[in-house]
Amino acid sequence: MTTPAAHRPLIGARRMHLGDTTFRISLFAAGAVVIIVLFSILAIMFAGGKLAFDTFGLGFVTGTEWNPVTQIYGALPAITGTLLTAILALMIAWPIGFGIAFFLTETCPVKLRGPLGVAVELLAAIPSIVYGMWGFFVLAPFMAEYVQPWLTSTFIWIPPIPDAFYWFTAPPIGVGLITASLILAIMILPFIAATTRDVLLSTPQLLKDGAYAMGATRWESLTGVVIPAVRGSLFGAVFLGLGRALGETMAVVFVIGNAIRMPDSLMAPSATIASVVANSFPEAEPGTLDLAVLLGLGFILFVVSFGVLAIARLLLRQERMS
Amino acid sequence: MLTLLARRISGAIGLVAALLALAAGPATAQNITGAGATFPAPIYSSWGEDYAKAGGGSLNYQALGSGAGVTQIINRTVDFGASDSPVATERLQKEQLLQFPAIIGAVVVIVNVPGVDGTKIRLTGDVLGEIYVGRVRLWNDPKIVALNPGLKLPGIPISPAYRADSSGTTSIFTKYLAGVSPIFKERTGAGNSVAWRTGLGAPGNAGVAAAVKNIKGGIGYVEFAYAAENGMQALQLANGSGKFVSPSVPGFMEAAAQADWANAKNMAASMLNMPGENSWPITSASYILVPRNPKDPAATQRVLKYVDWSFRNGSATADRLHYIMLPPEVQDEVRRQWTTLTAGGKPLWPAN
Repeated sequence: MTTPAAHRPLIGARRMHLGDTTFRISLFAAGAVVIIVLFSILAIMFAGGKLAFDTFGLGFVTGTEWNPVTQIYGALPAITGTLLTAILALMIAWPIGFGIAFFLTETCPVKLRGPLGVAVELLAAIPSIVYGMWGFFVLAPFMAEYVQPWLTSTFIWIPPIPDAFYWFTAPPIGVGLITASLILAIMILPFIAATTRDVLLSTPQLLKDGAYAMGATRWESLTGVVIPAVRGSLFGAVFLGLGRALGETMAVVFVIGNAIRMPDSLMAPSATIASVVANSFPEAEPGTLDLAVLLGLGFILFVVSFGVLAIARLLLRQERMS
Repeated sequence: MLTLLARRISGAIGLVAALLALAAGPATAQNITGAGATFPAPIYSSWGEDYAKAGGGSLNYQALGSGAGVTQIINRTVDFGASDSPVATERLQKEQLLQFPAIIGAVVVIVNVPGVDGTKIRLTGDVLGEIYVGRVRLWNDPKIVALNPGLKLPGIPISPAYRADSSGTTSIFTKYLAGVSPIFKERTGAGNSVAWRTGLGAPGNAGVAAAVKNIKGGIGYVEFAYAAENGMQALQLANGSGKFVSPSVPGFMEAAAQADWANAKNMAASMLNMPGENSWPITSASYILVPRNPKDPAATQRVLKYVDWSFRNGSATADRLHYIMLPPEVQDEVRRQWTTLTAGGKPLWPAN
């Protein structure tokens, strides 16, 4: 004779099984959403930009002339501007961000630790348009008045590479590659600092204590023990910053000078892929080559960002193997 | 980028308004919807407010840019479209559109030369074109000095500023330069956005103005309304008679009166580089587009009534906002063009 009580566990088990399945499916869906969104964006940009790729072929990527009047579009100036500003920004922000992180975790007085950490995080909370306007109205005049004349007069004396100093000279107009890189550096600084700090904090205290026990100084402990232990994650922090620098739009539009020409100086006005798209998109009519070109640019930016990430991963893997 | 933001926001507001209007149903009958050029947006909106107060329909104008305005009227999603540059005849015919000028604006050239009063500087269109292709690079270039014998011009680089965003102002300015400077025509050409050979791009009128203010040796072009409202000094240009003139409202009106309206196709008379005592050489009209075969004749009629009312009552508002009214005879010509609009065999104008 079966009692209702005997059935209960069975029903319960079935329910649990059902719940389990639902849970698993919803988790799978959450993961799938990322993939679907990613690939549909990629597909739509490629489809939209196909006209541009068909019209110019490889010249769309390697061409240096960007002329809406004659409808000849080569994206190389914008690609160059994008990569140059992002890499320069990284070169400025990386050492500072790392310094902040190490200061916060190792030598900072405990009382200062909280406020400084919050200040760094607040930098990340400032909207990019505010950075842009600050850059345009404050930083650019400052660069024109003080920094650029100084760079020009300093580097004019450096002879080893002929013509190299041209890269540091230009009429002091304030906006340009170097100003954009500075703004980008300030914008990615909090990401690099915060992530690096978390990475450093995750280093087992045992390792550091061991280093100190062997008579290592703070510097020796950092370079000999901490950094080797978390090297991979440190790279991750940096490339997070690089990703943001590559795609940043509003702030860059204000300070880069919006000149779609091959740059011949670090102070020259230039353009990035994102700034070109933002400037031209409102007036691009559907079905025209103009719009296809902008979508094609979006596709290129996607590929460039993806390429940077892929290289980062590859570097990391090699690090881990060796 | 402020204009971009403003466009986005006004676009969003417009969308919400359109949805609300849809929901409201028949109450929309008295609304006029328009979209397009940002340059005349303040005057169209102000006229719209005055017109509504005077008992006319209420206007909802979305300043999305000239290109978007043309697209929207072609798709018939608005009652009228607005464009800073005239649309080509073939396109007007293909899309069954009537084009007419509604308001006049001008582009002025602002400078920042340390130690020199900007309003005293004189340039010809030819030299301005050479500056904007990077051929004339210093303020004490012999070509500039020859035009300005009385001024002490410093030997600092010229930094030309231009609009980074696609803009009707750029279209008017480059059309003028391409007309008067062969090298500019050859190397740069005319359009809403062009391949500038030198200088820097800044977002919007405000951006160009700020760039010129910040950069010693800067030169840039902005709408007259913007320069006037912000008290900026503009240099003198040679007009079609070779006379050096400062931008002024009488100068714009003289240029408008000099234009060949009678022979202009689709009323797209050029007002650039006109001769005359005071004619300002970079003067241009902003255009309105309405369908020739309206699905909703009453809506097109409401647009015409609104424009007609604004022509008759809008000059005080235009003065206040630094726009220039069409000369009376041109207004009459516009009204005459309206009589060619018909729906079901009945003319839409004069409307009762």
